[in-house]
Amino acid sequence: MPDPMKIRANVVGDSTEVRVLMSHEMETGQRRDAQGKVIPAWFIQNVVVAHNGKPVLNAQWGPAIAKNPFLSFKFKGGAKGDKVEITWVDNRGEKRTDETVIA
Amino acid sequence: MQNMRRKVLKSGGAMTVYALLVAAGWLKPGDAAAQAWNKSAFEAKSMDEAMKAFGGSAPAQSKDIAFVSTPDIAENGAVVPIGITSSIPKTESIAILVEKNPNMLAASFDILPGTEPAIGTRVKMGQSSNVYALVKADGKYYVASKEIKVTLGGCGG
Repeated sequence: MPDPMKIRANVVGDSTEVRVLMSHEMETGQRRDAQGKVIPAWFIQNVVVAHNGKPVLNAQWGPAIAKNPFLSFKFKGGAKGDKVEITWVDNRGEKRTDETVIA
Repeated sequence: MQNMRRKVLKSGGAMTVYALLVAAGWLKPGDAAAQAWNKSAFEAKSMDEAMKAFGGSAPAQSKDIAFVSTPDIAENGAVVPIGITSSIPKTESIAILVEKNPNMLAASFDILPGTEPAIGTRVKMGQSSNVYALVKADGKYYVASKEIKVTLGGCGG
C-alpha cells in the first residue's frame, strides 16, 4: 500500500489553493541497476482532483515528474469545510485516494 | 519473513485489482482508473511529434503565459520546480515539455471550468534545456519557453 498523500487546501481570497505531496518512486525507466539491467519505469500516470465530488483538475503525468511529486493549483468556489479528494493511478495500476477538508 | 510478507501483500493486491476489473468491466468512461493516458504524446521526442499526438497545429508564441517560481539555474536536475500561469481566456489545458529530456512531455493538466489556469509542480531534467509551457485555449495552442540551466543531471540517479 502506498504511503498517504499530504494535502493542504486553504481558502485564499475567493479561491482555494490546493497543495499536494504524493509519495511515489517515479522511476523513469532510463536508469540501470548495478548489473546493468534497466530498472522498469514506474510512475503516476493520472491524477484526478475533485471538490465535493465535482472534478476540478485532471492531470496526465509522464516519468519526468520528480520523485515524490508535488502539485499545486487553485480553483474557485471552495468554502471552509468542503471536501477535496485526490486520486492517483500509476502505470502498474496501483491507486491511492486521499481527502482533506478545506481550512 | 519480510519477503514472505511482501509476496502475500503483492498477490493480495493483484487479486483485488483483478476482482475490480471483472466487477467493473463495463465501467470505463468517467472512472478515474480508466482515464485516458496519451501514450503517443508522452513518447514524443520533438515538439512536432507532441503536437501531432495532441492533434493540434504548430503553437503560436504567446506573452500571456508566464513561468512563476521557476529557477534560471537548477542545482539539482532531479527536482526542478516549475510553475506556469496562463492569462489567455478559455485556457483548457497546460502541458510542460522539456526539450532535452528523452521524452519531451513531462505532464499535461486539464483545467476544468472554475479552476484557475495556474499550476505548479516539480520535474526532472537530464541536462540544461529549454522548457516549454504549452497552453490550449479555445481550441488553439500557444507556447512560451524558458531556458533552465541544470548543474547536476536528474537521470544519473
